[in-house]
Amino acid sequence: MASYSTSEFKSGLKIMMDGDPCSIIENEFVKPGKGQAFSRVKIRNLKTGRVLEKTFKSGDSVEAADVMDTDMQYLYNDDDAWYFMDPITFEQLGADNNAMGENIKWLKEQDMWVVTLWNGVPIAMTAPNHVVLTIAQTDPGLRGDTSGGGGKPATCDTGAVVRVPLFISEGEAIRVDTRTGEYVGRVKD
Amino acid sequence: MTDGFHYLPAASLVTLQLRARIRKQIRAFFDARGVWEVETPILASTGVTDPHIDSLQTQWTDMGDVLYLQTSPEYAMKRLLAAGSGAIYQISRVFRYAERGRQHHPEFSMLEWYRPGYDHHRLMLEVDELIRACLSEHLSLEKSLFLSYSQVWQETIGIDPFAIHIEQIKVFVQQQGIDSTDLGDDLDAWIQLIMTHCIEPVLPKNRLVFISEFPASQAALAKIRDSDPPVAERFELYINGMELANGFHELTDANEQQQRFERDSLKRQKMGKPIVPVDEKLLAALPYMPDCAGVAVGIDRLVMIATGLEQIDKVLSFVIED
Repeated sequence: MASYSTSEFKSGLKIMMDGDPCSIIENEFVKPGKGQAFSRVKIRNLKTGRVLEKTFKSGDSVEAADVMDTDMQYLYNDDDAWYFMDPITFEQLGADNNAMGENIKWLKEQDMWVVTLWNGVPIAMTAPNHVVLTIAQTDPGLRGDTSGGGGKPATCDTGAVVRVPLFISEGEAIRVDTRTGEYVGRVKD
Repeated sequence: MTDGFHYLPAASLVTLQLRARIRKQIRAFFDARGVWEVETPILASTGVTDPHIDSLQTQWTDMGDVLYLQTSPEYAMKRLLAAGSGAIYQISRVFRYAERGRQHHPEFSMLEWYRPGYDHHRLMLEVDELIRACLSEHLSLEKSLFLSYSQVWQETIGIDPFAIHIEQIKVFVQQQGIDSTDLGDDLDAWIQLIMTHCIEPVLPKNRLVFISEFPASQAALAKIRDSDPPVAERFELYINGMELANGFHELTDANEQQQRFERDSLKRQKMGKPIVPVDEKLLAALPYMPDCAGVAVGIDRLVMIATGLEQIDKVLSFVIED
């Protein structure tokens, strides 16, 4: 079984921890000049999203997690799953509710997502950094306000609620940063 | 991604100039005190048996024996002391295998000096003077603290490191919420886990903190004083939780040194690490070495403190990943 030694630790490395696939977020090498060296790592459990800290003795090794990220296009959903397609092999995979998690609010047909597979099964889904959504509902803004200083909530066609400037009205398309959930700009046809 | 600026140094030129000033100050400090600068080889036929310090190895011809890049100029400088050099200092590049992190780079700059007739307490005072001289124009430091290892433990976490057992340490580690791999019966490793995770982060800031009188099991190359409990006449200097210097009242007893080398080699063997030949020439020199104290200071880290930069990469011209 593949494994990694602490000297190979770096952010993004996928390892198995307590039976779950995890990703190293941060690895800090600590060593008293003449003493035992340690790797203090912050790890994200890829199934639960929880972040934990763990200390390894330098030279320890941990099992590698068979995790890979692939770019896939969202097609449709049914009662069981959301289906994505690999644009090169045309292979389709279904992601369940757990894998979709909160990100589902950014999901639009045709968009390319990063699908994290563990032993071939989707366990985490990452939306594109920016998505274009259409405003489904928002209160009318004040006439003449173009600064967008305060902003107002707007519900998008995917169900996501985003703070938008006052001049944005229903039916308009906006660009949103999915990492922060923030409005980036108006999209004109 | 290439942005066309990959040739640029890791540190800014301003930082590199500050580095140059600090090196100049160090030389002026020792010149004024009649301590002379020596140079010893970086490449040598022996390395160190230290269980936790690994050397990089190379060869000078295909047929040649293995050579070790020095992890510190200590052994060669001690041979000079035994030859009658008197007080000496050196600024050299040293190398350590697989040490890489925010405060570590496998190649780094070390200032090392020896003072015949000094013990570690007297040397600490000189270290204090030198570091203050180097840092005075960059930050204002409060009065330095001189504490014993035992005092530091008791004042920060309320535990006596000389009286604790592994089982108690394990309980404490768990209480602190530290999720560590099992360090087995290696008491020193457990002690160092606590030192790095619980004590270093809470040491007083903006002042030099000298910690001395180490557990005898961590004597390295220091004399062990026959007190109750026995203590190693060793010190370390910390600034803002970062280890900056390590010094000894140097062991001059060749028999004792040989036993320590053998014990270290055994430990290396148990850890599955390569066995390093013992430096016989150091053992031959020790009986002639004067009673002295010596210390090593990390110059890169000193520059980190002077600049407030928290990554060693930011004070190095270029790093290994370049």
